[in-house]
Amino acid sequence: MDSGIDLQQSFISLLEGLGLSHSLAKVVWLPLPMVLIVGAVTVLALVSTWLERKVSAAAQQRIGPEFMGPQGLLVPAADVLKLLTKEDVFPAKTDPWLFALAPLLVFIPVFLSFLIVPFGQNLVITDLGIGIFLWISLSSIAPIGLLMAGYASNNKYSLLGGLRAAAQSISYEIPLALSVLAVVMMSNSLSTIDIVNQQSGYGILSWNMWRQPVGFLIFWIAALAECERMPFDLPEAEEELVAGYQTEYGAVKFMLFYAGSYANLVLSALLFAVLYMGGWESPIPVSWLASLLGVSENAGWFQAIAASLGIVMTLFKAYLLLFLAILLRWTVPRVRIDQLLDLGWKFLLPISLVNLLATAGLKLAFPLAFGG
Amino acid sequence: MFVLSGYEYFLGFLLVCSAVPAIAIISSQLLRPKRQGVERRTTYESGMEPIGGAWIQFNIRYYMFSLVFVIFDVETVFLYPWAVAFNQLGLLAFAEALVFIAILVIGLVYAWRKGALEWS
Repeated sequence: MDSGIDLQQSFISLLEGLGLSHSLAKVVWLPLPMVLIVGAVTVLALVSTWLERKVSAAAQQRIGPEFMGPQGLLVPAADVLKLLTKEDVFPAKTDPWLFALAPLLVFIPVFLSFLIVPFGQNLVITDLGIGIFLWISLSSIAPIGLLMAGYASNNKYSLLGGLRAAAQSISYEIPLALSVLAVVMMSNSLSTIDIVNQQSGYGILSWNMWRQPVGFLIFWIAALAECERMPFDLPEAEEELVAGYQTEYGAVKFMLFYAGSYANLVLSALLFAVLYMGGWESPIPVSWLASLLGVSENAGWFQAIAASLGIVMTLFKAYLLLFLAILLRWTVPRVRIDQLLDLGWKFLLPISLVNLLATAGLKLAFPLAFGG
Repeated sequence: MFVLSGYEYFLGFLLVCSAVPAIAIISSQLLRPKRQGVERRTTYESGMEPIGGAWIQFNIRYYMFSLVFVIFDVETVFLYPWAVAFNQLGLLAFAEALVFIAILVIGLVYAWRKGALEWS
């Protein structure tokens, strides 16, 4: 594997060239990628709300937003501005502390999970050893926030929605974790970088989706359920529960829930791309293209292009999945709560256990094809 | 300085991520109108006068699911190190995991037969 461009190294050596000490240069560098990622995630989440509106409109043969900016692109910005200037109504019967804390507990873990989302060989905030496990553990915090929101609102709809949300997220967390486990087993590492590197070499053919077709489907279904997307949007089923646990929330607190849920969708799509669709890898390996064109892979400009292509590839895959999720919303009817729990516990859980053991068995039988 | 290298990024990112809602809440406090009436602070119940509160005792049907969840969540935590080190452990580890999962599957079958996974 070539190392690709390393922004951190070059930035630190640039600062050292200006006469700063190494540790000071590192401290100066530290917040830069973080602020960049948080800004990028906010923009990605806003773009997906726009996409949701546009694709939904197209699915229903409407036009959708069109006046605010080109193709209505500024609608999300207007949304943010509107929600920020709304009066913050605090219902009298709530538990004020829990009520205020719940949106934060839903919002922060989602954004924090972007710590391990890689956009290139070195384009990740930090390559933690526990990698994908960080995401699994952080995603367990959200149900607490949802329960908190449901309980603190002291509203019947909220309570039912909060309980549903928590039950749904715990039911689908185990199939999700087990399908990730099968991928982890193939790459012998929890690091997201290693997981992508294990899928490199033969372009689209070496992606995990071919070696983990069952895990691929389990992950997709479980991720949709975790994000409360349409076939599984029972916690906020508007026909029966008004807006579920969000009923009493308005203004900036609602915005945090809303942004959190779209950021979670973007996160799931990105991790889906990383785990099963080769992350930043192109369908045709960049090294093949380089040798085809007869340019050196180590040339600076080529690495810059390869890195940009990697970012574009990651986002393209993620948005392809997002597009699919939005189309699914208008294709599949909502399931009932007993069907939802049955699907999680009586179907996905046994299947994901079998998938894990099958992966282990195949890894013993064909060590080369399943990551040694 | 840090015992776990790499986790200074985690702490830093936690601060940056917490700053986003903080900025949103503070800027909204500056921008929004501050009117508070009694009527607007009532609990929403489809426009009706709310009948009673929601903090009552009632049958949480998901209780059994959460019990089963705890068992399987701990199981996945135990399986993570096994999966990461699987290529060095070989056949014996596979057999051990098989026994481990078999025990849990027996538990799942038991819970299933007992009706713990039924919603009604």
